[in-house]
Amino acid sequence: MVTAVHTTELSRARLDDVAPGRASSIRRLLGFCRRELLGTFGLLLMLIMAATGLTAEWIAPYSPTANDFAAMMEPPSWAHPLGTDQFGRDLLSRIVFGARTAMIVGLTSALVGGVIGLVLGVGSAYFGGKTDLILQRVSDVLMAFPLIIMALAVVAIFGTGVENVIIAITIPLVPRCARVVRASALAIREVPYVDAARALGFGHARIILCHMVPNVMAPFLIMVTAFVGQAVLAEASLSYLGLGVQEPVPAWGLMLQGGAEEYAATAPWIALFPGIAIVLAVLGVNLFGDALRDTLDPKLRKR
Amino acid sequence: MYRYIIKRVLLVIPTLLGAAALVFVLMRLVPGDVCVVRLGSSGGTFDPKAIALCHTELGMDKPVVVQFLDFVWGIVRLDFGTSMWSGAPVTTEIWARLPISLEIAILATVVAIAIAIPLGALSAVKQNTWIDVVVRVFAVGGIATPSFWLGIVALLIVLNFTSAVFGHPWMPPIEYVPIWQDPIRNLSMALLPAVTVGYRYAAVSMRMTRSAMLEVMQEDYIRTARAKGLIRKLIINRHALKNALLPVVTLIGIEFAFLIGGLVVTEQVFNLNGVGRLFVQAVQNQDYTLSQALVMLTVMIFVICNLIVDLLYAWLDPRIRFG
Repeated sequence: MVTAVHTTELSRARLDDVAPGRASSIRRLLGFCRRELLGTFGLLLMLIMAATGLTAEWIAPYSPTANDFAAMMEPPSWAHPLGTDQFGRDLLSRIVFGARTAMIVGLTSALVGGVIGLVLGVGSAYFGGKTDLILQRVSDVLMAFPLIIMALAVVAIFGTGVENVIIAITIPLVPRCARVVRASALAIREVPYVDAARALGFGHARIILCHMVPNVMAPFLIMVTAFVGQAVLAEASLSYLGLGVQEPVPAWGLMLQGGAEEYAATAPWIALFPGIAIVLAVLGVNLFGDALRDTLDPKLRKR
Repeated sequence: MYRYIIKRVLLVIPTLLGAAALVFVLMRLVPGDVCVVRLGSSGGTFDPKAIALCHTELGMDKPVVVQFLDFVWGIVRLDFGTSMWSGAPVTTEIWARLPISLEIAILATVVAIAIAIPLGALSAVKQNTWIDVVVRVFAVGGIATPSFWLGIVALLIVLNFTSAVFGHPWMPPIEYVPIWQDPIRNLSMALLPAVTVGYRYAAVSMRMTRSAMLEVMQEDYIRTARAKGLIRKLIINRHALKNALLPVVTLIGIEFAFLIGGLVVTEQVFNLNGVGRLFVQAVQNQDYTLSQALVMLTVMIFVICNLIVDLLYAWLDPRIRFG
């Protein structure tokens, strides 16, 4: 009963805020920005990160892999605004290119993991019975592995590198999304229009994709946004451990692995700037995610 | 209550069995032959006899079903075989490093609870004031900051501070001394990592405390308590906080298992020889028996934490066990 009420509130909220209504999309966006100042700040950080990642070749003053042995561990200066590392590589350029790596890993893992979770979650709720039972038990098992541990296990088997890191982070995200989406989909399954669609003789795929999936978009979008932040953090952690992205690909976690601790006293900028980049990126995603949740799910507004 | 406990404990078995099956299958997904990797990594030649011997040693010459049953039976007896890298029993390897990781985990939990509950409650009581804003920013920051970077920054601060004040830089010791032998040395080693890991933990719990508290403060019984003239402090401490802590307890229990993930990275930063570091080394050395044992151990801790949380929750909230 509670979930049903919850769902109606959800759909009403969506009508006001997201679904194409009378207001144009620009007006809706402006409304969001006015209501959610912190969320707008987060969105801005995300856009900056995306723009940096997309245009890295044009923004970065140097090549991220070019060594300049005449300028090793130089403090920030006009020539190297964020200084250089122990191999004389420009930190700003590496951070700019690192945004691309973080974006590729973060977005791919979150979207792929989210979409697979969405299909499994809605399918599980729609078919019910044995399918639901089996999928739930499997997701129970998968959820028993903490994200980074599961990722480490996958890396242990398939090895390191960008593709394997994406696989390693995607797998643990699937059951987490499926679980949340299933809960919302269960409520939607009881709504008469699903029965009506079935009575009209629509196929399973059509009912799931056209009638159920659009109605669980709110929790799905909230989850996927949260996943982007988690994936960026997980990638940074794996790369820091030397088990993620490998040299010479520029990645923030990897930049902290090399000389950050060793040279902490003499060249603190090597340790500081990549970390600040990670914090800003994840902060941006999280702030935007919180605002999105407040907008799409008024029941949680206070949280 | 007993029926609920039995039902809940029995539910653990399929999850653990499923996890064991998954770990077992994952280990068989290793591209190529584990023994070839093992002999190759130790510089040996691919002598078919050596490979056959290695297969026998790992029990890989038996049928898959028997191998799986052996694996499960090993888990039940907490016997995970020998490490492929060091040759020592896996249990001995883990046992030697458990105290340090456990101590940091417990200290981090204490730090997290000590920060999260008072600040979260304060933030809710002072909703929309500057205190609330500061606490929320602190919490959001904690979720966005990777613990390893926080560790590096903490070390950086300690290094610079001590060299400025005492003239020579000081670093926390890396060798483990039990707390009962030398409490000062022990704490100077464990406190910084505990705070580093605990910050994220505190941030998550703080947000939960705040939202739970805000929800409870709108309940009718709080209004009644206010209407009958009860003093504010009593309302907050005895009526609101007590009820708001239910979801927080759940979260603290679940997050405890996530601490293991945090430890994997933090132990690397502080050069501590704990279970987390062992895991990273196992993966780096392609030590499959050790990795598989550590994954299984983590899952077991996670499942047991969840079980304890559920039982605690049922005990605290009768609606669950009768529902």
